[in-house]
Amino acid sequence: MTSAGRRIDVRWWLGITIAIFFIAYGCVSLPSCARGASASDVVFWAFGVEGEYVSKLIPEFERRNPGIHVRVQMIPWNAAHEKLLTAFAGGSLPDISQMGNTWIPEFNVLHAIEDLTPWMAQGAAIRDSFYFPGVWDTYRIDSVLFGIPWYVDTRVLFYRSDLLAQVGYPRPPRTWSELEDASARLVARSPGHYGIFFSTNNEWAPPVLFGLQKRSSLLKDHDTRGNFSGPEFADATREFYKFFRNGWAPVKTTQIVNVYQAFAEGYFAMYISGPWYIGEFTRRLPDSLQNAWMTAPLPGPDDSSSISFAGGSGLVMLRTSNHKPEVWKLMEFLSAPAQQIGFYRLTGNLPARLEAWHDSSLAHNTYAAAFFTQLNNAVALPKVPEWEQIAQEVRQHVELITMDQLTVDEGLKALDRKVDIVLEKRRWIAHGE
Amino acid sequence: MENRRAVFFFLAPALAAIGIFFVLPVAAAFLMSFTDFDIYSLGNFQYARFIGLKNYLQLLNDPLFWQALKNTIYFLVVGGPLSIAVSLGSALLLQPKMLRLKGFFRTAYFAPVVTTLVAVAIVWRFVYHPRFGILNYVLSLAGVPGIDWLGDPHWAMPAIIVMAVWKNFGYNMIIFIAGLQNIPGELYEAASIDGAGKFQQFRSITLPMLAPTTLFVSIITMIGYFQLFAEPYVMTQGGPLNSTLSIVLLMYQQGFRWWNMGYSAALAFVLFAFILAGSVVQSRIQRRWEA
Repeated sequence: MTSAGRRIDVRWWLGITIAIFFIAYGCVSLPSCARGASASDVVFWAFGVEGEYVSKLIPEFERRNPGIHVRVQMIPWNAAHEKLLTAFAGGSLPDISQMGNTWIPEFNVLHAIEDLTPWMAQGAAIRDSFYFPGVWDTYRIDSVLFGIPWYVDTRVLFYRSDLLAQVGYPRPPRTWSELEDASARLVARSPGHYGIFFSTNNEWAPPVLFGLQKRSSLLKDHDTRGNFSGPEFADATREFYKFFRNGWAPVKTTQIVNVYQAFAEGYFAMYISGPWYIGEFTRRLPDSLQNAWMTAPLPGPDDSSSISFAGGSGLVMLRTSNHKPEVWKLMEFLSAPAQQIGFYRLTGNLPARLEAWHDSSLAHNTYAAAFFTQLNNAVALPKVPEWEQIAQEVRQHVELITMDQLTVDEGLKALDRKVDIVLEKRRWIAHGE
Repeated sequence: MENRRAVFFFLAPALAAIGIFFVLPVAAAFLMSFTDFDIYSLGNFQYARFIGLKNYLQLLNDPLFWQALKNTIYFLVVGGPLSIAVSLGSALLLQPKMLRLKGFFRTAYFAPVVTTLVAVAIVWRFVYHPRFGILNYVLSLAGVPGIDWLGDPHWAMPAIIVMAVWKNFGYNMIIFIAGLQNIPGELYEAASIDGAGKFQQFRSITLPMLAPTTLFVSIITMIGYFQLFAEPYVMTQGGPLNSTLSIVLLMYQQGFRWWNMGYSAALAFVLFAFILAGSVVQSRIQRRWEA
């Protein structure tokens, strides 16, 4: 190893190795090199079951549009959000993606998604009047449209029609006072059982829905502060708390391990949930109970129509895409009534397009009728990236209230303090502009 | 001189890797812990502010942080010694030279360590199931009423501890077996000639001779257990009522769920300080004990 020639040899080989390494690395990170011939593909991210089934609609699209190839990539639901964020940070977003409508504000803040208004103006295939107004609104931020509704969901009341009929309710309760009365009668009729079940240990929706019924704005000052100790939400929470204080709803929610089983046993007779429970109850409840449950719009404080929130997923176009015209064509295709019906039949997801609801397969689904009514009275949740975090705070604080660890007023004041900390950045940004 | 340069040259790839993949991210995270880096900053860097120690101060006022710290220390104080005791016990059981099927038992006890946690979690969720779980069935034979192991805030952490001990004791057991094999057999022979019983031999020979091994094992266990994450993440998601929320799980939620990167980084360095302090205290105690 003393000879200078040898040493140069070693360096020479080392240099070559490093060079090869960097070339290989550069190739992997350059899309044109890694994707090779498939660079013209439109990459479409869809989540969970939706990803599985949307692939079945794609061949028809490709047949109608020769030259466009769509590559559907399935992302598991529980990894979807992180995957989109890391793809944004790494500059490897797809061309088109499914997106939960509550994520729109976040990806708007990141400037990751395209304004679709100019695309819509090019043709007549997609119009806002084709959709539920509340659902459409969830995809608009400051009157800019960032997504096209794909399928929708909202929360309604699921109830045991047989048990309610036994206590004098052949039709579901429509108001809060009827809901209280029915719950009280159910508990009186079979002690140890409950009228309604709110899973306060893992769901933020029930207390938020009560607040929406009272027309609470949830946030105030242009979504920069919490409005939970305001009179509307406070009234709603007092109403919500009544169910726990009077023993109409179980406080120890962890005792219910299996909602389907407890619902079948009549442990509780009412439950608030979304459209996926139609499928679950149909599958999991025994045959003898299949005619003993139904859905209804949420009961509200008075006779006027009740409010729920508009959920669901839409399709977004990523700003980094090189295939925007093709992406728009795919969006138009998936929004056509025929594809919306096809997707409903495949997945059971409720279609976003109003026209699709006239199809016989949906019109004959008696469980879906309540959803149609409710979707016409659905509103958007606050459009801030922090919403999911705020919702968790709502859940935790309301859970403490239902467990009598805090009074309603104490709990909601503490909640607002916490929410104001979460929204501090928004106040600073709003102040600077 | 020539030699020294050559040494540096050969070390360069390793140093570069350590620099790029370890020193740089840690330094960046440390800087980040003094900023309010969040989702807005990811979209626009101008929305990141240097806020000094505010993250750390906010941490001290965050009831969730104290809850997570309490839970982590609970896990550490109960689970750590229990885990070491089980490891030592099983190592002693497998020690006798004439034991049959020694290899089989070692493999069996070590198997949980190399099993995927997610698969293990599914099995343990069955075990802990309040109505159909085997654990409650066995308890019911003894007349003990069923417990909702993962759903009851009082029992969720003990349930996690038992599972974590079961999952991890095999690793330390292997280290203890190696430690036991290094104790010269003559010591035991001499002791038994002097009339020492099995327990006296254990207390006066095995334990002192194992002291360095025990120090190593306890520091490694403490560092590992302070970073409790996967078990509650897959079993309980930190619930019920945050009773299994650990510091790392809180860090994960803040960082990757809410994208509060600055706050999350501050949490990481607080955890680092705890682990460092724990290691120093432990080695001090051991040194004094040896002296």
